[in-house]
Amino acid sequence: MLKKLTFAAALATATILSGAASAKTFVFCSEGSPEGFDPGLYTAGTTFDAAAHTVYNRLLEFKKGTTQTEPGLAESYEVSDDGLEYTFKLRPGVKFQTTDYFTPTREMNADDVIFSFDRQMNKDNPWNQYIAGGSWEYFAGMGFPELIDSIEKVDDMTVKFKLKRKEAPFLANVAMPFASIMSKEYADKLEADGTKEKLNQQPLGTGPFQFVAYQQDAAIRYKANPDYWNGTQKIDDLVFAITTDAAVRYQKLQAGECHLMPYPNAADVEAMKANPALKVEEQEGLNIAYVAFNTTQAPFDKVEVRKALSMAVNKQAIVDAVFQGAATPAKNPIPPTMWSYNDSIQDDPYDPEAAKKMLEDAGVTDLSMKIWAMPVARPYMLNARRAAELMQSDFAKVGVNVEIVSYEWAEYLDRSKSKDRDGAVILGWTGDNGDPDNFLDTLLGCDAVGGNNRAQWCNQEFDDLVTKAKESSDQAERAKLYEQAQVIFKKEAPWITVDHSLSVVPMRKEVTGFVQSPLGDFAFDGVDLAE
Amino acid sequence: MSNDAVTAIAEPQVTRNRRAAEFWYYFSENKGAVIGLVVFAILLVVALLASVIAPHAPSAQYRDAILVPPVWLEGGRAAYPLGTDAVGRDILSRLIYGAQYSLFIGVVVTTIALVGGIIIGVIAGYARGWVDTVIMRVMDIILAFPSLLLALVLVAVLGPGLLNAMIAIALVLQPHFVRLTRAAVMAEKSKDYVTAARVAGAGHFRLMFKTILPNCMAPLIVQATLSFSNAILDAAALGFLGMGAQPPTPEWGTMLAEAREFILRAWWVVTFPGLAILVTVLAINLVGDGLRDALDPKLKRS
Amino acid sequence: MVRFLFGRLAVLIPTFIGVSIIAFSFIRLLPGDPVALLSGERVMSPERHAAISAQLGFDRPIVVQYLDYIWGILRGDFGTSIVTKQPILDQFFALFPATLELSFCAIIFAIVLGIPAGIFAAIKRGSFFDQTIMGTALVGYSMPIFWWGLLLIIFFSGILQWTPVSGRISLLYFFPPVTGFMLIDSLISGQAGAFKSAASHLILPTIVLGTIPLAVIARQTRSAMLEVLSEDYVRTARAKGLSPFRVIGIHALRNAMIPVITTIGLQVGVMLAGAILTETIFSWPGIGKWMVDSVFRRDYPVIQGGLLMIAAIIMFVNLIVDLLYGLINPRIRH
Repeated sequence: MLKKLTFAAALATATILSGAASAKTFVFCSEGSPEGFDPGLYTAGTTFDAAAHTVYNRLLEFKKGTTQTEPGLAESYEVSDDGLEYTFKLRPGVKFQTTDYFTPTREMNADDVIFSFDRQMNKDNPWNQYIAGGSWEYFAGMGFPELIDSIEKVDDMTVKFKLKRKEAPFLANVAMPFASIMSKEYADKLEADGTKEKLNQQPLGTGPFQFVAYQQDAAIRYKANPDYWNGTQKIDDLVFAITTDAAVRYQKLQAGECHLMPYPNAADVEAMKANPALKVEEQEGLNIAYVAFNTTQAPFDKVEVRKALSMAVNKQAIVDAVFQGAATPAKNPIPPTMWSYNDSIQDDPYDPEAAKKMLEDAGVTDLSMKIWAMPVARPYMLNARRAAELMQSDFAKVGVNVEIVSYEWAEYLDRSKSKDRDGAVILGWTGDNGDPDNFLDTLLGCDAVGGNNRAQWCNQEFDDLVTKAKESSDQAERAKLYEQAQVIFKKEAPWITVDHSLSVVPMRKEVTGFVQSPLGDFAFDGVDLAE
Repeated sequence: MSNDAVTAIAEPQVTRNRRAAEFWYYFSENKGAVIGLVVFAILLVVALLASVIAPHAPSAQYRDAILVPPVWLEGGRAAYPLGTDAVGRDILSRLIYGAQYSLFIGVVVTTIALVGGIIIGVIAGYARGWVDTVIMRVMDIILAFPSLLLALVLVAVLGPGLLNAMIAIALVLQPHFVRLTRAAVMAEKSKDYVTAARVAGAGHFRLMFKTILPNCMAPLIVQATLSFSNAILDAAALGFLGMGAQPPTPEWGTMLAEAREFILRAWWVVTFPGLAILVTVLAINLVGDGLRDALDPKLKRS
Repeated sequence: MVRFLFGRLAVLIPTFIGVSIIAFSFIRLLPGDPVALLSGERVMSPERHAAISAQLGFDRPIVVQYLDYIWGILRGDFGTSIVTKQPILDQFFALFPATLELSFCAIIFAIVLGIPAGIFAAIKRGSFFDQTIMGTALVGYSMPIFWWGLLLIIFFSGILQWTPVSGRISLLYFFPPVTGFMLIDSLISGQAGAFKSAASHLILPTIVLGTIPLAVIARQTRSAMLEVLSEDYVRTARAKGLSPFRVIGIHALRNAMIPVITTIGLQVGVMLAGAILTETIFSWPGIGKWMVDSVFRRDYPVIQGGLLMIAAIIMFVNLIVDLLYGLINPRIRH
């Protein structure tokens, strides 16, 4: 089968690119269709894989396999002493891609950077509303409208961001997909042609691959960018074969119709590992699933009660039943792949006897409570209902009676925010930018009470630590502060930390150079196919 | 005048017994129909006695017996005649309990669609005028959508689940009954015995449901059998798409949806639930064919 | 004929308005707030929520929204998808050829096998042959096609490895769509093996989607033939000593085809419903899968626009069938 396909491939490509008979095509069986090709407009990882990590670059990039940033389109940056001004020196000689729909006449400069951000923050920018119903979801979600005071062009190759307050995670944020750098020259041409919507259909950037075509819901095609500033890719063509069904993705991988696939069925992983034609890479995902108590309501306002319930949950059983092992029990609110993860913290042991006694000591008997189970599968929690049922039986062992409730997803998200919510909520989070602030402050800070802080937990000591860490630009110091914050979190137990799911990536043996991203991205610069 | 009316009404009563005998004669002529009826009866017994027959509880998970193949294959175990699924549940037991769901779905959906359809259809056919026009336009609107698509969207509106799936399917099947009833009522209405009954002073309600309706039952019965099998198929399809009965309910379509990820690893998880659907639907359709042949005089002649 | 046409249109227009009202109100009844879903776990500020609602027009009275929607449709604007932000009509036209190609192949498959099978069954009425064909047809008619598709995949793709698992053509071939029909485009492209690849991708979905129409057509052809064969003029023709071939081929067949054509027309709705399942099983990028995906993504404008366009197609095809029927059989015009 495979042989036949490679032969056909040689034939097919030979007719397309006459002469280049040895063209290497890498096929990625992606899990869904991209929403569009302008990464600023969307929030789904599928879209970022298809647009941001192929076609575009950012001022800073995440170093492969880490959540640390490294220079991208900016060669270097400086932070002013007051922490409010970030000056980026742009990399000279970076070319935008030459495609059959656009030929650039100049190299990347400060105008492109300003355009890329201004269109998202400035209501008067002609590109602010270029797609009907479009909105800059991540730009708003990361708080940029309130954070950025102005962006200035110092000279052709220097851009200065002025912030309204000190914010260390800013550097990680500009490495996020929504901050991709677009070509202003291309945008100007589209505007002149009256076809602005093409920016979202035919992307053009500085990245390792250039866009060739999108066949709706079927495939996306790219070819290596011959002018890529960081070196031309070893593969010639990259294809995303859109295959929504995980079982079908696996079949295609076995048949050699694709080289790498995301999100396998947990049930198939064993067989994949046993298949000599495949290899499987695993890594903790940048996520957490938790059960948030409402810490403003009795008896959950008592630390001992929260601790006792946390000890009553058999996390390993949940990991086994829901993930078939493709997850690890969580002890901290941030995943182990994130810098500042405090590994010295001891998890609450699973001990129903002790838990029962603690509850009795706290004067809590005949407790009845609700557990909210999400109606949808998320990467951090594939089946909340099943997890809730397991917790129900765990809690029954310590004399706590549980009623499981669920709502439609949007309603679930909305109702669970409420301060007078009744019950503990199963929910989770997938990190955006790899910065601990994105978990600790976003989900547990006092500002987030009534919002993302589902535990409604405002602890002054904890909040001071994360605020201080946010404002410092010294990463070593920040890491220390976050480590302390995790100690307080564990002592106070506003959540039962349930699991970090593993991201499992099966691929064919001949694939080399693929590095898993802790952020969950699938980026194919640097991959190759061994003969 | 009034004497005439009495004889006119009495006449259909007399013919009815003769018709029943004739009906059974033609029905039993059709071997397929009899086989279908027998299979259906067996299914009915299985469904009613599920808790007695089934070797295991439908949701009992045997952690030491995950994806065990059927007994006649290597590695099969006698305790699980048709094998087990991904969480160690006995497939045979789930299929047996699943028969309850499928027959229940068929009965409930057909009853709702039939009763609703008859009431609306009789009203439309009897009242005529604008009432009729409005009713028939609404039915046209429902029929303008592919039934499964409409049911899918309806279930999305109502929320996934078996009950909502049944409501949606009943609504989608309804127009066929309305159209049939209306046509039959209009045809019967102009006949002499109706005119006679009206002259004799029968009220609207009596005329509609006692005089006219029993005379248009034949096509409705055939349509009801068709709807019965359609309801089972559509409910299974919705279950398969994740919009019908929710796991761990042992509904056959839902079982198929859960089994999809194993199609290349454990064929038995996929094969048996589908086979159960096919056998059930086939049995009902065989009965339906027999009914049609026995009730439709035109085909009888040929 | 013209009066007949106008009569049909007079019925169709109010029906279509009804369809649009249903499609429009359905999605307003769907539980859940589409705007809130945009941000997922990330909390959206109330101001931002209000701003986006206003941008999408959700804050205006429902009647105004409806009239706006209809006005848009009259100008060919079906709105944009909440998820992809792409115009719905563009998506529809990008995906519809895939569904059309599949449906077309399926109906051809059903006709080519179904009509001869029905004719022979009628001629050899009561024979073993007749019983086998009609038994098989009833099995096909009772088939849960989503399961049928899985079985075919297990056997032909899994065990025998004869056919590909999913999609329309091997990804190694690429050419810009000209007609949107992969079979034709692959020929135009001139790439070696492309046509074969496209055809092999079509086989299983065609069989799956064609199964029920095949069964219906075979059954309908048989009973229509039986009816015609018992008519007086056929008997007369036979008595006159015309060859059986002429009797069946010319006299009987022509008359028997009238109800069969109607049946074929009615299969369009069946096909579009079947496409939902078939396309889901085979990852076929057509409108059936598009609708299912949109229901799961709660992409309301797409569900609304898709329902409307699919209903319009079915109504249009039914109108054509009616007109054809009127042409063949002038008696029903009045």
